[in-house]
Amino acid sequence: MDRVSTGRVDCGRKSVAPVVFFAAGAALAVGGCTGDSSIVSPKGPAARSVAGIWWPMLIVATAVFVFVAGMLLLAAARGRRKTEDEAKVTPRWGEPFIVIAGVGVSGAILVGFFLFSLARVQALTDAGRRTALRITVTGHDWWWEVRYPNGAVTANEIHIPAGQKVKVALESADVIHSFWVPRLGPKVDMIPGMHNDLWLEAEEPGIYRGQCAEFCGLQHANMIIRVVADPPADFDRWMAAQAEPAAPSDAAGRQIFETQTCAGCHRVRGTAAEGAVGPDLTHFGGRATLGAGVLPLSPANLRRWITDPQGVKPGVTMPPTTLSAADLDHLVTYLEGLR
Amino acid sequence: MATIEAGLASPEHLEEEWHEEPGLGSFLTTVDHKRIGKRYLYTGLLFLVIGGVESLVMRIQLAHSNLHVLDPETYNQLFTMHGVTMMFLFATPVLSGFGNYLVPLMIGARDMAFPRLNAFGYWVFLGAGVFFYSSFVIHRLPDAGWFNYTPLSDSVYSAGPNVDFYALGLIFMGISTTAGSINFIVTILKMRAPGMSLDRMPIFVWGELAMALTVIFALPALTLANFLLELERRAGFHFFAPAGGGQPLLWQHLFWIFGHPEVYLVVLPALGIASAIIPTMCRRPMIGYTYIVLAEMAIALIGFGVWVHHMFATGLPSIGLGFISLTSFLVVIPSGVQIFAWLATLWAGKPVLTTPMLFILGFIILFVIGGLSGPMLAAIPLDQQVTDTYFVVAHFHYVLVGGAMFPIFAGIYFWAPKMTGRLLHEGWGKASFWLMFVGFNALFFPMHILGLRGQPRRMYTYQPGHGWDSLNLLETVGAFVLALGILVTFVNWVWSTKRGKEAGHDPWGGETLEWATTSPPAEYNFENIPTIRSREPMWDQPELGPHGQPVEAGGRGLGGGHNTLCTSLLEAEPEVVVPMPHESPWPLLLTIALFFVFLGLVIRSPFFWGVAAGAGVISTAGWFWPRGQTQET
Amino acid sequence: MAELIVPTGQPDELLPTTGAGTRNFGWWGMVLFICVEATLFALLLVSYFYLRFRSGPVWPPDGIENPKLKLVLIMSAILWSSSFPVHMAHHAIKKKGDVKKLKAYLAIGFVLGAVFLALQLGKEYPDIARHEFTPRTDAYGSLFFTITGLHGAHVFVGLMMNAWVQMRAWQGAFDRHHHVSVQNFTMYWHFVDVVWLFVLTTLYLSPQLG
Repeated sequence: MDRVSTGRVDCGRKSVAPVVFFAAGAALAVGGCTGDSSIVSPKGPAARSVAGIWWPMLIVATAVFVFVAGMLLLAAARGRRKTEDEAKVTPRWGEPFIVIAGVGVSGAILVGFFLFSLARVQALTDAGRRTALRITVTGHDWWWEVRYPNGAVTANEIHIPAGQKVKVALESADVIHSFWVPRLGPKVDMIPGMHNDLWLEAEEPGIYRGQCAEFCGLQHANMIIRVVADPPADFDRWMAAQAEPAAPSDAAGRQIFETQTCAGCHRVRGTAAEGAVGPDLTHFGGRATLGAGVLPLSPANLRRWITDPQGVKPGVTMPPTTLSAADLDHLVTYLEGLR
Repeated sequence: MATIEAGLASPEHLEEEWHEEPGLGSFLTTVDHKRIGKRYLYTGLLFLVIGGVESLVMRIQLAHSNLHVLDPETYNQLFTMHGVTMMFLFATPVLSGFGNYLVPLMIGARDMAFPRLNAFGYWVFLGAGVFFYSSFVIHRLPDAGWFNYTPLSDSVYSAGPNVDFYALGLIFMGISTTAGSINFIVTILKMRAPGMSLDRMPIFVWGELAMALTVIFALPALTLANFLLELERRAGFHFFAPAGGGQPLLWQHLFWIFGHPEVYLVVLPALGIASAIIPTMCRRPMIGYTYIVLAEMAIALIGFGVWVHHMFATGLPSIGLGFISLTSFLVVIPSGVQIFAWLATLWAGKPVLTTPMLFILGFIILFVIGGLSGPMLAAIPLDQQVTDTYFVVAHFHYVLVGGAMFPIFAGIYFWAPKMTGRLLHEGWGKASFWLMFVGFNALFFPMHILGLRGQPRRMYTYQPGHGWDSLNLLETVGAFVLALGILVTFVNWVWSTKRGKEAGHDPWGGETLEWATTSPPAEYNFENIPTIRSREPMWDQPELGPHGQPVEAGGRGLGGGHNTLCTSLLEAEPEVVVPMPHESPWPLLLTIALFFVFLGLVIRSPFFWGVAAGAGVISTAGWFWPRGQTQET
Repeated sequence: MAELIVPTGQPDELLPTTGAGTRNFGWWGMVLFICVEATLFALLLVSYFYLRFRSGPVWPPDGIENPKLKLVLIMSAILWSSSFPVHMAHHAIKKKGDVKKLKAYLAIGFVLGAVFLALQLGKEYPDIARHEFTPRTDAYGSLFFTITGLHGAHVFVGLMMNAWVQMRAWQGAFDRHHHVSVQNFTMYWHFVDVVWLFVLTTLYLSPQLG
């Protein structure tokens, strides 16, 4: 019977592979470190705890891979020198090897990691039992509503006191969203009808980026969370200020806001604008971004957003507003002044 | 007592009984498992191309931050259909196609247990694929993700027909998968050649059996979920939306009760392909056959107990999550057992590095990488960080593309010679492998890193300044290299079908029964149904070959009629000589009726689908109508 | 008709061309089909309990009363009793080749099944929809009508199978050695009856316990 001859094995190419994989493993180890949303660059105890699961698992995984790939490549190389008769001899270590490696060693490693990770689950749950503050975040298509215990309501930008545990109650107004700030801790989904929660703590003051992590429709990609951790005293001042009604701002702009379609969807506490569909804009001017992080807040961007929200964030609920240039200027000044 | 000619079946007599006249007629009415198997393969690979193009377009959009190549709606349709196409229209049909073609050959039978049901399964698959993509014509492809979570997929947030195409299309496709699985189970349990007891059955056949059993018990969950969703979307019922007492998570539970076993039912036959190729290419029997078979069954079984690990971030109670975390860790063990059995066989044997073997070695490397990121996802807090990021995308592509697509390509190089009579070109085959291997890793390995760096999945664009751009660009380049590698195999296959080296009946020196037939096999497969005495019959029984096993050695001609043999479940002792049906138009006619039923449902025309349902009833009656004799079996 | 026996090619080996039970592919096909449908119903009933235990403490919710039992218990008795004539029909043809009895018993089974459906569609459903709830009322209503409706659809398919088998009987297709369709239909019909037991217990009886 004819059989295909294999030609020579190109051993040179085969030995490149392990080098490539070591490099890749190293890249995985190092590469994951950087970036402002990296889970292996934690800035809070919850994220740190999880990163502490990642590193041991990576090391063990790399070791297992090296063993398997090594055995594979060596087997291929050794095969060249064998005869077919030698190939038919069944070594006595064959089946014991399968059981020891496949069931024994693997099982031990897996159960070990299971118990280790379960302990971390318990620790994380316990750590979240006593929190200094409780806020409620409600996911909307495609923005975040944030409520503080003193009645302050804001959107998309969440201030927390640095160094303190904050409980975040998670709700949804429409579809399933997921609240995730990678450097501070794991994500939890916001499911309509369910009352989930998570706890956050930022070790140091700073800005921490998060993003919706459950596909929620057209603008799931542009539903950014901006967590600002303030020193506790600053935070207290901020929260108190947020509960206040709107600061006085450009009067003409306020008029336009109250009489145009803006007030139909947006609330500015202390004015006639009482809309409850879109984000609360009472202290909008103090935020760093607009549109749930899609653009930095600036007069030019604000103009763009008001006149053509669909061009910036296609599918967003906000319709375009046509105003004269002068009116638009007043409106923008008004909004920027709502600090 | 009626009698049929006894003795050796003459090839001419068999030819006469089993021959299907070439032409459009038999093209539409064939019940030959080999023709149907090839159709599953070709059609499934066509959907691979479609799903692949979808991913290439997405990768162009994602090559850099804030690109506007695609609008979000189009992107959402692409990623949804990429998942649906690859899982339902490529992976399972292609692996069923291999099964369809090879299982009867490997077990020494002349066809599948239900040849007309087999044809029906293919036509429904084609019909469902056409049904899904007919939505493309009106730019209303399903767009809520291949997992289609509620409430996003209900009528409030997905008002168009997109999700109806999804739900109805999957119900339609489910008919094919169920029919195919029933066929595989009965064929494998009841049609093995005498002497092929269960512990002599090729591991590939065990893999198809495990897949089929999984389908029986997992697919109803998806069918139910889609049925309830359509009732909610179209008839105002309440199952998933909270107003009215529904629960969004009910969808997730039902979907993943199907969805997790689904990925194992894709992987199990692929592991079976590896177990078919390794012994042949290592020139020795598999070490640890029993362990591998038990492991295949264990994966199928444990795979039903892990679905909640897709829901670790949904706020479910910790006790339940803890249990699922344990089962999710443990399900790795049977896969590991198979890997180590293969390693032992490779080490003890003499691996011959042909193209099929290269694809299998590549598969082992990639599947192991995917199998190492899996336990990371079983650790609840780590999963809660990396779920819904590119880390998960990396994991499942390593296990599904590495773990199923690479074996499929190995299978193409290994068995195309049997199907066409000609070998594929080795040099181009190796080039294809290296392009695919390098391209795959360039595309998917960086996704682990991007996930760790916080890039979530299912997003049509991403912002600059997070360190995601350069790796995304590398991934896009890798995608095109992978696509090129796939293209090379397709061109190779087409070219080699006409110009490849002649294969003969057993080009690789294989050990299982498909190598006993001509290449391609005669329509009746075997002149005589052989008696089997070994797990590696072609190596241990030299009398086996294209000229049939002599009567003295145990061959059974079955009188040369249109017959095959029904044997006992465990020991494969002969029980009944079964007359098989000839070509029939009813499978296709019933499919056409069903297609119009589903079309009528999606366009909301009761008259339309009512008439089509009536046609369906008539076709079913025609199918079961006795032909000729009034005597019943 | 006598049993058809053929030589296989091995010396002195003769095998039948028909088999019953596990020696018949169609039997296996029906068993597997029943497995699929059983899984479907099991998941549906589990979904019922899932939605029930995640809703409030009151079930049925929204002021709906406990399910009424009188009519449904009569319907259940009728449906379950239909298993006897169906079983007798199979017994008659298997043990004695008695086609007359086969036809008669199948017909009785058909009538009983049809009465069940008539009561469900003609009396129970309209009464409930008019006075209590519809599938659109809430999840309870949706579950009730979906579960009983799906079961009813299976009864309907069973009636069509019964009619088909009767037609074949009238065509003279069956005898002691050839009656696989009767066997497969019988299995399906008993399955439908068993499902009803679970539906009755889940939908009608379990709320009374809460």
